[in-house]
Order: sequence, then structure tokens, then C-alpha cells
Amino acid sequence: MSGGSILFAGVGGQGILLASEITSYALMAAGFDLKKSEVHGMAQRGGSVTAQLRYGSKVYSPLIGAGEADILVAFELMESLRYMQMIGPGSRVIVNTQRILPPSVATGQQKYPEGVLETLNARGLSVFPVNAFDIAREIGELRTANMVLVGALSSFVDVAPEYFIDVIDQRVKKGFEKVNAEAFTRGRSLTGGI
Amino acid sequence: MSGKNSGVNQILLSGNEAIALGAFEAGVKVASAYPGTPSTEILENLVKYEGVYCEWAPNEKVALEVALGASLSGVRALATMKHVGLNVAADPLFTSAYTGVRGGLVIVTADDPDMHSSQNEQDNRNYAFAAKVPMLEPSDPAEARDFLKLGYEISEKFDTPVLLRTTTRVAHVKGISAGGGEVAVSSATPGLIKDPAKLVMLPGHARQRRAVLENRMADIREFAGSFEHNRVEWNWKKVGFITSGVSYLYVKEAFPDASVLKLGMVWPLNERLIRDFADRVEDLYIVEELDPFLELHIKAMGIKCKGKELVPSIGELNADRIRSAITGEVPSGGIAPVELPMRPPNMCPGCPHRGTFHSIRKLKLFVSGDIGCYTLAALPPLKAMDMCVCMGASVSMAHGIDKALGRDALEKAVAVIGDSTFFHSGITGLMDIVYNKGVSTVVILDNRITAMTGQQENPASGHTLMGEPAREIDIEALCRAIGVKRVFTVNPHELKRTEALIKRESERPEPSVVIARAACVLIPEHRKKKKDKYSVNTAKCVACRQCLSIGCPAVEWVDVTPEEAAELGYREKQTGHSSINQVMCDGCRQCFQLCKFGAINLTAGASSNKTKKKAPADKRTKAPVKKTARSVAKKRAKGTGKPASTKKTSKTTVRGKSVKKAVRKK
Repeated sequence: MSGGSILFAGVGGQGILLASEITSYALMAAGFDLKKSEVHGMAQRGGSVTAQLRYGSKVYSPLIGAGEADILVAFELMESLRYMQMIGPGSRVIVNTQRILPPSVATGQQKYPEGVLETLNARGLSVFPVNAFDIAREIGELRTANMVLVGALSSFVDVAPEYFIDVIDQRVKKGFEKVNAEAFTRGRSLTGGI
Repeated sequence: MSGKNSGVNQILLSGNEAIALGAFEAGVKVASAYPGTPSTEILENLVKYEGVYCEWAPNEKVALEVALGASLSGVRALATMKHVGLNVAADPLFTSAYTGVRGGLVIVTADDPDMHSSQNEQDNRNYAFAAKVPMLEPSDPAEARDFLKLGYEISEKFDTPVLLRTTTRVAHVKGISAGGGEVAVSSATPGLIKDPAKLVMLPGHARQRRAVLENRMADIREFAGSFEHNRVEWNWKKVGFITSGVSYLYVKEAFPDASVLKLGMVWPLNERLIRDFADRVEDLYIVEELDPFLELHIKAMGIKCKGKELVPSIGELNADRIRSAITGEVPSGGIAPVELPMRPPNMCPGCPHRGTFHSIRKLKLFVSGDIGCYTLAALPPLKAMDMCVCMGASVSMAHGIDKALGRDALEKAVAVIGDSTFFHSGITGLMDIVYNKGVSTVVILDNRITAMTGQQENPASGHTLMGEPAREIDIEALCRAIGVKRVFTVNPHELKRTEALIKRESERPEPSVVIARAACVLIPEHRKKKKDKYSVNTAKCVACRQCLSIGCPAVEWVDVTPEEAAELGYREKQTGHSSINQVMCDGCRQCFQLCKFGAINLTAGASSNKTKKKAPADKRTKAPVKKTARSVAKKRAKGTGKPASTKKTSKTTVRGKSVKKAVRKK
């Protein structure tokens, strides 16, 4: 049984914990052992947020080692550049192209980094830009942007999409199952999954 | 609960969710806590189970004493807290070791190596040694659940409180646990049994119990030798590790072929067990986060080992750090980092604290601050906090400033503390100010909730953790009862009024309390409200940046090209304008009040059906700054006489909220 490490990174309030939760349940249902590490509390007030997920036949450490993350799912454009030490050459980077300005940029003190995707490409990473925000808007529920990204991620984990759809059915807020499943499917199709 | 539908009999639980399930399965009847990261979710989850009384206490000392009282009444009891909370609860901890228990008593201390959400990095294993109580330390959620249940057995078997220590990477890690356990029954019978020699710690009794305590620890030390979770995993014997907690997982990851003595009970230590392991491996390493706790006690046994001369004592460990500490190898993975703007946490759009700190900053006051979301005011651009040490310290430290500098401190310093923190331990400092003729001004940021840890109820919220309506403690009346004559309430969204009030009170040579009251924007009742939106008329904006000076995430700076600037009629040097993010704007009106050029207006069409524009706040904040004695009396009668209004439906609402909250977090 293969395993791997997934790093979810973004900004507090983007639904990162739910996205990593859905992925964890799908992996568990498919028979993997896993550990997922998150940080709550002060970090959630609009700051940078991560969730680390390691899965395999037996998982000890809840933390991803240096260069060990096979997949980085960045929920915000520049956040994709913040954790370079945790990914390696050849890692896959799924990146939401939405920008959320940090305070120093919002107040004009600093500039938002230019050419984020080019920087990622130049480092030999497999980059998958996803406009999750616009897709979520098309679906009619902005809060499904995180599920678009889970869909994009799902093409690269050894778990049948049905497991994800089942978990989404069970775990998202009642009445929002359909839009979330649609968001998942749209995201999955972007990275070649069917 | 989680995982009902996962097909196989497995569930995915965080350490805190697992502890809650473990407490339910252990038959815990009473649980008390003060919220604190990373411990908060234990009671938030435990309250969802039937038959367990759960409460938020005003502080950790109270929580532990409630649990001790319940235990001595013959039921199993739980107190949970973050590491620094145990400092507050240390007093009952040390003497509860003397009295012992009746129903099992477990105290969960959640340590925070790396200070993800804490003011220090203390290692609470030292408390087990100092207070002479056994401590269990699980490595992952599944163990946390099992260890908690074992904790109750040990507690009742040896008549002792038991500490269970987690760290952030146990409390907030999700892992797979087995589903559906049986609910255990305490060996104690509920009821009151008079036993003064055991329960009344007069010196004469305490001397007797002191000896009992020493014998008890000797018995537990013997028990530790055969405790099944102090286990040896034999492998290659060239290298052996003694470790515990999450460090065990990192050791297994970094050195899968080494032999390991994994200690599930980190205090007391059984010398025979440790010496036997040490004798059979060539090189012995002690791997533990933070202090050399195991190392010191193992070295005191005369056992040769290596520890903190190699393994870092600051911050969290991980497999890479341990590998390089032991072997000297530098981790090779990773890609060259990229220089990026930082993204520190910030107060929410519409946060009432922003208004208070804007006013305080304008007055150039030295701020004796405290613990909560508002500690973020220390960061730019507000930079309006100058000290922050521990819960409640703002009030007493301000009094210290007053006594050190006398009249020189007047108009210059102010204490700022949140409502929950005030109840926790600010009240005693305020008593000191009144009693010892201080002159400090204390600003209480009353946002109706314990916000930083995720909106937990507190004594002023009007409902309990169990979802029942409760009498709201009237902060004004409380301060008056203590003896503060000058108590005023203001809506912090009203900037000028707030500033004027704080200025006036900080200048007066007598104690005063300013209650800045407006609800936290994350409270569900507030989130549901329809809110106005404000936007910038770019033609009128002169780029004075006043609206940006409060650091609201919704207010952004936008650069324009020279052509655009010309089109907008900007003077030569103006290169951009402010803009308000319409998704984020909470309609608090703070930036509107700061704009002297009329460039910030209500967004057309985005406003709700309200016709009169008022800052969104608790109804009670609309009272004028100057109050008549009659209006105060009237309000006091209203505020204290009965449970808060609109609470008839709050049981379901609050239940709904807590369920929703759990979903949101997941």
C-alpha cells in the first residue's frame, strides 16, 4: 500500500481544516492509516494556517519532514511559496489562484509577490493552478472553493472518488452536499481525474 | 460522533475528541475547565455526550476545585486546562495530593511546545514531580483515550489525583481510534462521607497525610514497573531510546531499527525497569521535548545516558530534528525558501477591540495588557499594548506602575483586559487598586464571550456550556460592589466617545473602570445579523491613510497609474486610494468615522432594511456615557434580577451552535 504526505496551506477562514478532514476520512475509508496535524487558536485569526496529513500502511509522526510533502495544496496564491522547505523537487503543487492580501500589502507597506506560478515552475515543481473561487461562484456557493481543491487533489491520491463523494455526503453541512460534490467533481476534472 | 458511517469500526478523532470520548467511557460525571489552547475542545466535545455535567469555570483553580469536590462526593471528575492554567490551579493540585480522592480524579494539562498559542513554553511534567502525583503521557489520540480511562483506574486504586499531559501535537492531531467502547463504572459510591483526618488539611492532619503521600508514591513507583504502557520494543541493541509522548512517534520515524523504552507513565519512574533497559543497550539516549525531565531523574539513578547535550530543549521536536541531533546529519530535503510578506493573525473585520485600541493609541497611553484576541493590538499598525504577562496581570501591573511612579503615572498608563480574563483573575487586582488607594483606570473589553479560544461562554454571556440560560454577571454592578465609584460603559465602535471617556478617566486621580461593550463579530447572533457595508468614493479619497491606520483586514490600499490619478483629479503626489473589501466589511463604521473627507459612505444597495444607522452592538451599549444614578439603578435591576431576555430558545440555539462549530472546525 502506497502512502504519502499532503500539506494544506492557506489563510485562516478558508476551510482548510474541513478540506483536510474530508481527505482524511476518504483515506481512512480506503483503508489507510493516517495522522493529521493542525494548529488552532491564535493562528486562526486571519493568519497563515496549515494542516499536515501523512498516510500509509502505518504512520507514526504527525509532522511532515523537510522536503517530504508529495503534494502541497495552497488555498491562496502566495501561501504556495511559504513552505518550500517542506516540499521537494517534483512535488505537486495545487494552487488556488485567489489572492488574499496580508496586512502589510493591504496597507501598501509591501508588495504582493509577482510571478508566483513562474517561481513555482522554476523550481521544478508540477504546478496545477486552479481558479477555485470562480468555480465556486459558478456553482453558486462561494464556500465550496475548498472542495474544488479537494477534487483537484483527489486525482493524485490512491483512493477512488466514490470514497470522497461518500464522505462529502456525510460530513458537510446538511443541504450543501450537492454543491460540494459538484465542486469536488469540477476540481477533480481539472487535474485529469474522472 | 465522528465516524459513525465509516463502514469499518474505526473513527477519526483528535486527541481532544478522544479524551472527551475516553471521559464519557470512563463514566465521568462532572467536568470543569477554563478554555485554553490546546485543551479547549475536550469539554466542547464532552458536553455532547449524555449524562456528563460540563461547565466553563471562571478559572482553572476553580475548575480543579469543582472537580475535586465532585470526586470527594464519590463520582468520577475531570478538570482540563492549558499548561499555564495549571499554574493557576497549582494550589488545589498540591494539596489534593494530600487528601486523595473518592471518585477518580484526572487533571488534563495541555502543554504547548513551540508556543503556537501561548505566552511561555513551560513543561508541566515538573508539576507531577513537585506535587507528587502520577502523570500519564499519551503519544496519539488513541492512546489519549485509553490513558484517560486508565487514569481513573489508577486514581481510584491508589487514592490519588492523576495528571494526564498532552501537547499540541497530541491534542490537535487527528488519528484513527477503535469505535464504540463500554462505559465504565466508578468503584466509589456517590454520597458524602465525613473524614476530617483525610479531608481537612489542618497541620496535624496534613502531617499524617504527608506520610501517606510518600508511601502512595512508593506503591505507584512499584506499579510503574509492570504498567503495560511502560513498554520495551526490542530491536537492535546498539542504540536504545527512552522516550514518551509525541517524541516516541518521532523516534520511531527517525530510528525504526532501534530499541525503545516507551514510558506511558512519566512520573513516578520505576528504576528497575529503566536500569534493565539501560543495561541491555549499548548507547542510551533520552529523547523528550522541552526540559530534561526524564533525563535528570534517570541520571540521578546513576544511569549513563545522553540527552539534552544533543536534543534541543527549545521548541517542538520532529523526526528530522531528532535524527540530526543524534547522528549529526543535516536534513537534506526541501527547496530554497522564498522571501514573502508575513501573514500574522489579525483582529477580525468589525472587531470592537480595534475601536478601543485606536482611542488608546491616540492618547499615547502605556498599555498594561492581557491575554486574549486583543493581545494582537500589540502588532502594527495599532501597536497599542506595552505589557502582557499572564491572565489578569494587566490590572495588578497597572497598580504597580501607579505605586512606583505616583502622580507621574497619571494620564499615562491604563490597564486593558477582556471580559473573560477579568472574571478569570482581573477582579482580585481591581480589589487591590480600590483597597490600597490606587488610581488606575481599567478598560474592560466586554465582547460577551471568550473569543480567542473559539467563542466559549463566560459568566457574562448569559448561557452555560450546557446550553442553558444563565444569569449574566453584571460587570458594572460588580465593579461598583468592589468599591469603584467611577464605572462607565461605552460602545467602542463610537470612536470619539470612547477616546473622550478613556482620556477623562485616565486623568482623574481615583480608580475607574471603562467597560467597552460590543459583541464579538464571531458570535452566531452577530453573524446572522444583516449588516451595512461601507465603500470608498475614490474621487473624494485624498490618501490620508487614516482608515488604514486601524489595520482592518477589509480596508485595503490600491495603487493607481498616473493616468488614473489624473482622471480622478488627484493632486500630484497621490498615487492611490483606499478601498473597502465588500465581502469582508462588517459595517462597524469605524473607518467611516475616521474619514474626514467624506470619502467613506454606505454602499448603495448593500445595506439592510434598517433605516436608522447605528453601530452594531449590544443594546445595552447605547446608554450615554454620563449616566444618572437612576438609569444605573434601573439597569442594574434589569441586568441582575433574572436570566437574560431572548434566552428562551437559547438551549437549542446554543446546541445548534456547538454542533455547527464542530462541523466548521472539521
